[in-house]
Amino acid sequence: MEPIRTHKGVVTPLNRANVDTDQIIPKQFLKRIERQGFGQFLFYHWRFDDDGIPRKDFVLNEDKYENSTILVAGDNFGCGSSREHAPWSLEDYGFKVIIAPSFADIFYNNCVKNGILPVELKEDEVETLLKKGAEQIYSITVDLENQSVRDDQGFEASFSIPGYHKEMLLNGWDDISITLTLEEKITQFEQGA
Amino acid sequence: MAQPKTIVEKIWEQHQVHQEEGKPDLLYIDLHLIHEVTSPQAFEGLRMKGRTVRRPDRTFATMDHNVPTINQLVVNDPISKKQMETLKSNCDEFGIPLADITHPDQGIVHVIGPELGLTQPGKTIVCGDSHTSTHGAFGALAFGIGTSEVEHVLATQTLWQAPPKTLNVKVNGKLGTGVTAKDLILAIIGKYGVRFGTGYVIEYTGAAIRNLTMEERMTVCNMSIEAGARAGLITPDDTTFDYLRDRRHAPKGADFDRAVEEWRALATDEGAEYDATVEINADQVEPQVTWGTNPGMCIPISANVPDPASKEKPGEKDEISRALDYMGLEANQPISSVSVEHVFIGSCTNSRLGDLRKAAGVVRGKKVNPNVTALVVPGSKTVKAEAEKEGLDVIFKQAGFQWREAGCSMCLAMNDDVIPPGERCASTSNRNFEGRQGNGARTHLVSPEMAAAAAVEGRFVDVRTFTAQPVQS
Ligand code: SF4
Repeated sequence: MEPIRTHKGVVTPLNRANVDTDQIIPKQFLKRIERQGFGQFLFYHWRFDDDGIPRKDFVLNEDKYENSTILVAGDNFGCGSSREHAPWSLEDYGFKVIIAPSFADIFYNNCVKNGILPVELKEDEVETLLKKGAEQIYSITVDLENQSVRDDQGFEASFSIPGYHKEMLLNGWDDISITLTLEEKITQFEQGA
Repeated sequence: MAQPKTIVEKIWEQHQVHQEEGKPDLLYIDLHLIHEVTSPQAFEGLRMKGRTVRRPDRTFATMDHNVPTINQLVVNDPISKKQMETLKSNCDEFGIPLADITHPDQGIVHVIGPELGLTQPGKTIVCGDSHTSTHGAFGALAFGIGTSEVEHVLATQTLWQAPPKTLNVKVNGKLGTGVTAKDLILAIIGKYGVRFGTGYVIEYTGAAIRNLTMEERMTVCNMSIEAGARAGLITPDDTTFDYLRDRRHAPKGADFDRAVEEWRALATDEGAEYDATVEINADQVEPQVTWGTNPGMCIPISANVPDPASKEKPGEKDEISRALDYMGLEANQPISSVSVEHVFIGSCTNSRLGDLRKAAGVVRGKKVNPNVTALVVPGSKTVKAEAEKEGLDVIFKQAGFQWREAGCSMCLAMNDDVIPPGERCASTSNRNFEGRQGNGARTHLVSPEMAAAAAVEGRFVDVRTFTAQPVQS
């Protein structure tokens, strides 16, 4: 996993609440047995019509968001199914950071495990980003080390993130290797149980 | 006296392998359930790093998400087929017990775990599936995990988890006749919303919960995740122990009695504190129908579909308008005026024997409306066999239902059981998200009884006005 420290990128504003993982990656694309290549299916039914033609009115299809790496969305992002295909598709599409007022628990964990930084900001801060992102090609900087988000027009916000998640993302760690250093304790636990 | 504790705290403490300042706890996992959709990349990850499965004996696999339900052995979709074959070869390679489609124990992972007695009080249980919360009905701490976590559990039999906050959902009173556990959990989510449980483990308490059968408790705990809670559980009691006695993987004889002692001690202590509590009165719950595109968008059968114009917040207005648009409904329309083309009785929420008995009681001697295609998909091969022993299949078939093989089926439509665009389904499953049952499909979540009544009438009706003829074993 690639470490994340600071990330500067263009915002894609997805002004919807309760975006569930069935929307992020519809189930017909869950049948692959690989981890790669899911980006093409991201938000499939919102992005494409029944004939597979891109829908003009969906934000990801607008030219100005083509190279965006930061997705900003409404409350309770990533609710529903535990499918990790959701962060896989977001990551494969090119998103490195997702900003929302809140995330569903399983999705939040899944992001961290895949090197995507989930950032929780206050509702009015997210609204500002959504608004600015809709009006212009809007770049912001997300600084994980200092837990802050800023633009060059005076916007500044801070966010909290569990220390362990922060460390994993900053270092690009694989947590299985960390856990395996505790193997002896696991064995002891099993023998005691 | 020791500090009073909740059941969640007790189970947590019993499973802590390692604690460190500033980190989540390393928690031991007693049982890891696996299915074909969320596991292939985890096994691949193990192989790439030269790792192995630590405890195949604490791991159990089945096939459910994309198995066909007409003839299970004929898998038309080559990619589904590949996924099932991959699970089989992974289980063979790592020595994991597997109930594949040819095995008599096969079924939806959250139906067979309890059925086989694998699910027990006090256990930590995980599965790469968000409805793992179902197993909490037994007083287990059970939650869904992502594929990276599946890989982590395979390799280490542990997970890093921050201690959860606890939420007491207290259900007072008693459910009325014709009002089910499904109506109760929908009413709770309807009242408090789809994110009130986020960050919490829910403990369901109160007289109405104590009165539920194990199957009904599973229905309630199953939908905890639809309230945002990764886990929901119920302190075990005699109902739990009676269910488990003589199950294949449950302890036997004196071991069972000893286990019961331990299980009893898990009960939340008098005076233990929760981080939050909500209360609801079961007496006031009516049969529910969802009208929108998440499970919180639900109303009693006697009510009208909401009107976005009556809402003040712009966000809420938009959400309702978009949902009504997707669902093809008018604001203020009585939900009982909505007709359906499909009825699906199945899924890990409502596909157990008790569910099928109650639905059969509603349709016995009646006919499915000619405009409706109706499907019953038992949750497991065992449920199917037991139902057939009681003649439920005959009741359903005579009424005009299709009687299928066990699997997830139309709950998420990964197999061939798909609702066509724009068509409407009364479904006993747990998610009414856009496209869940097929691209453009419109899902209304209901209880098995309400689904059965909708099949007969061709629209939503209050099942309490039906003369149900109970089918008992
Ligand atoms: S029945 Fe539906 S919700 Fe349950 S495990 Fe299968 S797909 Fe998931």
